[in-house]
Amino acid sequence: MMRDVKETIMKYVFLICACASILAVILICVFLFANGVPAIGKIGIFKFLLGETWKPGNDIYGILPFILGSIYVTAGAIVIGVPIGILTAIFMARFCPEKVYRFVKPAVDLLAGIPSVVYGFFGMVVLVPFVRDFFGIKLGMDGDGFSMFTASVMLGIMILPTIISVGESAIRAVPNSYYEGALALGATHERSVFFTVVPAAKSGIMAGVILGIGRAIGETMAVIMIAGNQPRMPKGIFEGVRTMTSNIVIEMGYATDLHREALIATAVVLFVFILLINLLFSLVKRRGANA
Amino acid sequence: MPEAIQPINAQNMRQRIKSYSSSPGSLILAFLVGLAALITVLTLVFIIGYILVKGIPSLSTDLFQLEYNSENVSMFPSIINTILMTVLSLVIAGPLGIFAAIYLVEYAKKGNKLVSIVRVTAETLTGIPSIVYGLFGMLFFVTTLKWGFSMLAGAFTLAIMVLPVIMRTTEEALLAVPDMYREASFGLGAGRLRTIFVVILPSAVPGILSGVILSIGRIVGETAALMYTAGTVAELPSGVMSSVRTLSLHMYTLASEGLHIDEAYATAVVLLFVVLLINWVSGRIARKIKKG
Repeated sequence: MMRDVKETIMKYVFLICACASILAVILICVFLFANGVPAIGKIGIFKFLLGETWKPGNDIYGILPFILGSIYVTAGAIVIGVPIGILTAIFMARFCPEKVYRFVKPAVDLLAGIPSVVYGFFGMVVLVPFVRDFFGIKLGMDGDGFSMFTASVMLGIMILPTIISVGESAIRAVPNSYYEGALALGATHERSVFFTVVPAAKSGIMAGVILGIGRAIGETMAVIMIAGNQPRMPKGIFEGVRTMTSNIVIEMGYATDLHREALIATAVVLFVFILLINLLFSLVKRRGANA
Repeated sequence: MPEAIQPINAQNMRQRIKSYSSSPGSLILAFLVGLAALITVLTLVFIIGYILVKGIPSLSTDLFQLEYNSENVSMFPSIINTILMTVLSLVIAGPLGIFAAIYLVEYAKKGNKLVSIVRVTAETLTGIPSIVYGLFGMLFFVTTLKWGFSMLAGAFTLAIMVLPVIMRTTEEALLAVPDMYREASFGLGAGRLRTIFVVILPSAVPGILSGVILSIGRIVGETAALMYTAGTVAELPSGVMSSVRTLSLHMYTLASEGLHIDEAYATAVVLLFVVLLINWVSGRIARKIKKG
């Protein structure tokens, strides 16, 4: 009798704990939207999303510069991170001798473990001066090194481990018969891997890339430390930009009233971006599972 | 003596050169793949090497004084804060995540609607950027619950952040426990609860531990989520309601103020050391799981 009661109680305890993540998502949505959406209403949705000026002092809140900033920086990260990431994933899954793998695998894990402040700091003390001296002074480009380009390179490095580890397991999941079949038809090792195995792992690799995009667009600290953060429309790749994430962190400390709400609304926009990316991710993953 | 089995496509150097010379495209592909891997590894070596070389000379006893002031810029209080914050977050997220995983694996029936909803929400939580967690923590714990900038608010925010990590790894660990164990335990007359706590959980410990260690890594490295929840006071806390600054946040503050770059290097060294330690431990655990 006592045992039955205990069993039932614990069953519900486990059930309640299982609902914690549901509760968390609901709370996050409710609090963000309740605090951010009214501001969007007050400012006007088009003025807010498409406005090109951000001047909290004059009550002008247009976040288009930051949306574009986030998109540009992420696009730059994709250009740098995706080719290197996918090729490294292919190397680890199909080219790597056992002895080398024992070094490369922990290296990738370590790359994933480094905190974003450390990345940002490294960017600040190494990448920024390099970009300033090399591209700025030697090649005659403008800018002081705190730029869209610098942020893109840093983010490209930061999304590498995500793309590599998801891509590697996708490539490893392809049945070996694909590879053997191609070899038997006389293709070289490289040809077999690139034209039969990799296409078969396409959706898994895509899922990794999408995950990487999510990480890049949500990254905050590293970007703040190296992107320059000027609150104006992006001008060029060697000029400073401000992303949605950095806008929130920089101004939240002293913002009040509508300014504060506008910042929370910026987070709402960012949140919607992330939800869309998540949706895309699960769609791609499901298509991969069905294929 | 039996001959070693040769893989079907084993080639010696001459054969390889011959096949490459007939298809130069393959050679280029092989070169690109190797180059990419080299870039990845060298990037890591450069980042870690640079910070260690520049940072280790900056480590001084001043940085490990009990009291923080603007003269010694001690990171010791921040280290203690980080440890306390990690423990507190894990105390909150650990039981929640483990119990949730127990429900999903041991209790929920196949095709249960709730299970798929929990999965979707956990996946959503994984993708949310840390600054959004930070704002939520500020709006909910700091403002609505009136906790103010406090260790507790920070710990709860981080707990939500690492919850999906602990849930997923525990779930995998529980699924890996053979059904035999459960059947044997039930067969001996043990109840469900007893089976879970005495038989299943102990054999899933390494898997659960790897999730906890992953979470420690995330908590130690987190900055954006703590800035507007735990605050930035660089002193030892007097209780869970006092505002504290963790090591990552300490480092951000030093680096962005620009006055204490050497100390920022030193802090980066300590952070990297923690990350290296975590990776080493989790690697050992992974090997242990593989061995069974």
